[in-house]
Amino acid sequence: MIAALLILFPLVTGLICFALPGKRASRLALESSILTFLVSLYAFYAFINGQNELLEVSYPWIPSIGINFHVGIDGISLLLVFLTAFLTPLILLSSQSKAYSQSSNFNALVILMQAALIGVFTAKDAFVFYVFWELALIPIYFISLIWGGENRKPVTFKFFIYTTVGSLLMLASILILYSLTPTGSFEIAAFYALPLPPIYQYIIFTGFFLAFAIKMPIFPLHTWQPDTYVTAPTEGTMLLSGIMLKMGIYGVIRWILPLTPIPVVEWGWIIILLAVIGIVYASIIALKQPNFKRMVAYVSIAHVGLMAAGLFAGNEVALQGVVIQMLAHGINVVGMFYIVDLITRRTGTDVMDQLGGLRNQAPLLATFFLIILMANIALPLTNGFIGEYLLIIGLFQHDVWMAAVAALTIIFGAAYMLNGYQKIMLGAKKELYNHVTDVTTKELLVLVPITIMIIGMGVYPKFFLDISAGPVKEIVNALHQGYSMK
Amino acid sequence: MINFIWLVPLLPLIGFLLLSFGSRKFSEGVSSLIGCGSILGSFIITAVTFVSFLSGDHAAVKVDCFDWISAGVINISFSFLIDSLSLMMMMIITGIGFLIHLYSSSYMHGDEGFTRYFSYLNLFIVSMLLLVMGSNYVVMFAGWEGVGLCSYLLIGFWFKNDPYNDAAKKAFIMNRIGDLGFLMGLALIFKTFGTFDYAEIFAAAPNLINPSTESIVIIAITLLLFIGATGKSAQIPLYTWLPDAMAGPTPVSALIHAATMVTAGIYMIIRSNVLYTMAPTTLAVITGIGIATAIFAATIGLVQNDIKKVLAYSTVSQLGYMFFALGLGAYNTAFFHVMTHAFFKALMFLGAGSVIHAMSGEQDMRFMGGLRKKLPITFITFLIGTLAIAGIPPFAGFFSKDEILAAAYAQSPILWGLGLIGAMFTTFYMFRLVFLTFFGDFRGTSDQAHHLHESPWKMTVPLMILAALSTFGGFLGVPEVLGGSNWIKSFLGSVINYEHGHVAHHLDHATEYTLMAASVGVALVMIVIAWVMYGVKKQVPSRNEAEFSAPTKLLYNKYFIDELYDILFVKPLYFLSKLTHSIIENKIIDGIVNAIGWLVGFGGQALRVLQNGSVSFYLFLMVMGTTLLLTLVTYFIKN
Repeated sequence: MIAALLILFPLVTGLICFALPGKRASRLALESSILTFLVSLYAFYAFINGQNELLEVSYPWIPSIGINFHVGIDGISLLLVFLTAFLTPLILLSSQSKAYSQSSNFNALVILMQAALIGVFTAKDAFVFYVFWELALIPIYFISLIWGGENRKPVTFKFFIYTTVGSLLMLASILILYSLTPTGSFEIAAFYALPLPPIYQYIIFTGFFLAFAIKMPIFPLHTWQPDTYVTAPTEGTMLLSGIMLKMGIYGVIRWILPLTPIPVVEWGWIIILLAVIGIVYASIIALKQPNFKRMVAYVSIAHVGLMAAGLFAGNEVALQGVVIQMLAHGINVVGMFYIVDLITRRTGTDVMDQLGGLRNQAPLLATFFLIILMANIALPLTNGFIGEYLLIIGLFQHDVWMAAVAALTIIFGAAYMLNGYQKIMLGAKKELYNHVTDVTTKELLVLVPITIMIIGMGVYPKFFLDISAGPVKEIVNALHQGYSMK
Repeated sequence: MINFIWLVPLLPLIGFLLLSFGSRKFSEGVSSLIGCGSILGSFIITAVTFVSFLSGDHAAVKVDCFDWISAGVINISFSFLIDSLSLMMMMIITGIGFLIHLYSSSYMHGDEGFTRYFSYLNLFIVSMLLLVMGSNYVVMFAGWEGVGLCSYLLIGFWFKNDPYNDAAKKAFIMNRIGDLGFLMGLALIFKTFGTFDYAEIFAAAPNLINPSTESIVIIAITLLLFIGATGKSAQIPLYTWLPDAMAGPTPVSALIHAATMVTAGIYMIIRSNVLYTMAPTTLAVITGIGIATAIFAATIGLVQNDIKKVLAYSTVSQLGYMFFALGLGAYNTAFFHVMTHAFFKALMFLGAGSVIHAMSGEQDMRFMGGLRKKLPITFITFLIGTLAIAGIPPFAGFFSKDEILAAAYAQSPILWGLGLIGAMFTTFYMFRLVFLTFFGDFRGTSDQAHHLHESPWKMTVPLMILAALSTFGGFLGVPEVLGGSNWIKSFLGSVINYEHGHVAHHLDHATEYTLMAASVGVALVMIVIAWVMYGVKKQVPSRNEAEFSAPTKLLYNKYFIDELYDILFVKPLYFLSKLTHSIIENKIIDGIVNAIGWLVGFGGQALRVLQNGSVSFYLFLMVMGTTLLLTLVTYFIKN
């Protein structure tokens, strides 16, 4: 019930928002997102108390070809649903202090996006998964196209084509799986039960992997990302980097690891290699980016690279690292893009050489910036540390040298982030920016929850780790069993 | 009392939180009360625990706080290990920490960031306590990185000044380079032992690995951890951040960059002594790096004119000494020197702060001189610190330094000779500093001369207490040959396993007396030389770099190591960054993508006609299309 509610409720309010005038639409959107967040908290309660009947629901949808509207929440889904429900109100709050044209459409699209994302994270039926996967693309496409910055048309088009190609490959894989089920079912569980011959595994793996790799993105399929992140309005970038890229990672966990153990084990090293190259490559580029927003975009590629490598390390430690890092990275990257936005909104630029000394005018902003920065570079007792630490330790168990290269991120991270911080915030007071105001109360509504999550998850990550522990263990076991049966 | 030991880091943490939230409202009085009070509370709890520990059987106690990280086979508890080593460190951290908080409340008077300063300082104490109290390597790492953050914040405390910000950034990045080694060491520890807990690792190590042959894994673990130590404790090749770190307020230099944080690497190795003893190769590397750093930094110190820079290179050099001792397997001796050094170096930094305070911010010794008359307390206490570092009996440094030299001699007279050279330089540059600063005629402006004054009690009382500790602190480790029982050695006996140590230095008494006489004799000679040069002839270093002789120039410019690193690492990396972005990213990878995309683009253009901007229409089309596609495909597959 809760899962269906979490999808249908925003879906309906999203559609209503289209019809409402601007102000009322933004209010409804915000209220709806807060309510969704509260429901997601209730989902935690239900999960911890083992009320599984509340968390899963299945209705026949198109019975003739075996499609059910089957959604459910397990530990991994729960964390991602929570991430989506936690970030959406913050993203809406961020947008509402700006005067977007057609604001009812904007709010409607964000809420629809939320519905689609939660749909992806809870789908237990392949068709449902696919529909939501595609549905998630539409709002972000329009958000970038309508409210984006310079060059938005070619950039958005490239992004759209890129992801659509991925989706088609994924669809092909799903259809192959469907054709193999004895009774013609789209149930993911039915797919899991299939004895897949190796050749099918390789084909299915390729289709899924390309779709997910583009979404994350993994080097060298990443070139849509920096342009799209920079061009999209900040809220769009937050949706893309905070939640949407987790669709790709989640996809690997849900589909690739359990379904195709043979290519995972045999080709895993190639993907780890690409991911690790991506970490170093994106970090090196980030070092000398003049624009802060573009720098954060490259940093995100580096962070995703570590998660991607962890996915294929084949042990629980790394996979738990991936799951907790999805949550942490979502929160931290949204925080970082919010900071970028606050600075750009106040000064009119994100070119670091033009900024400087803002701490004089905005000390509180500097403090939040530093906290979010430290979470991004994985300082212990922040949420960023837990994920990165587990990922590096887990990857190390799998491949010592890859882990050593991947861990270079802790040096690079300090270098580019502190460099950016210094250029923007520190130094002598600039008269040019004397009009810059410090963080307002409304902005605190975004920054404070993010800070609480950064510290809370860093000090007591066990709460979240315990929730995903069960399914992660199952997936890792299934992976090893699947491979050993080869 | 031990059950309340978690209060020791908690009190400063509460102080930090109060100060952070109240940073705009609190007056200086309230801020310093919260800052000093919380540390004093920690110190009292530590001291009471320490006293009750002394009367007990010195058994380690593990205090669990909560389960921190658990994932798969990893289970890390947030817990503290209270034993003789951590208690001693806690005494130093909270004790000297309190004195420096007290000193700061006067030194920072009138600074617009007064409250912010105390909040950072409190956070530092919390992190440093975590570092030494943790019962596993991950909690240690949390403190380890935490002190790095606080160091960054405090070096760049005066953030309007860009060179200071550069110094702060450099410190953080250099430390992170070391931390990569530390992190890899942790990963390898986990791969080898399956745990991060000290007690479990040290218990398992001898069984897991054949103790009669040297294990490659143990060498790798210990070397990787040591890389972390070279960053945090400023050893070759990662030492260059520490002299720059003098950009921070002087009490910070005293606390963080002399007495506590920079000794974290030494603490870590003493804590891991079981592993290090099993890796003689690593110990040899540490000996080499330690003595090289000790001499190298001391030579730079010979010609520096900034009073804080001299002390900074002295610190690097003394830390090198401590690693030298560690490499020789004399862990207790290294700890002894950590302690005495904390006393006399904190004293001298605070003394320098008092001088700088009196000189209205001037740090160049060429503009000082004759200050002993105007700053009598500062002068006398500083002189005590100098005598201590020079190793003149009965001051604290004499006993600890002598123990290091004796351990070196037991291994090889050459090592002893190198150690003596380092000590020789140390004595010279320290007395050069004393004579230039406190003797001769005043060389500053008349304005400065007019303002010269002794510091207020909040600054001089810490000086006097530290001077007392620098005078008597050495008696905690009086060697047998001088009729003592070396209390430190026996106290640390529960942490350091002396039996498995490969060093058994049993020098006969005659040799020990000779060694002592030699080192004291060399120190006295150096004092006389410095006196003749700077006291009698009243030489003042030139203000014109062009007049320097070639060797002086080389030393004055710190062997051009910063410039070398810039050419070798920083510049190429930046060049690579630009090259990667403009060529590989934009031309090659994106070029290929665009070529493919151009082809796909044809199809895309056609499709766009259907996009009339209505989302629901688009959605409708997509769902319908997919359903249609599915039905068709499945139809064909099934048949």
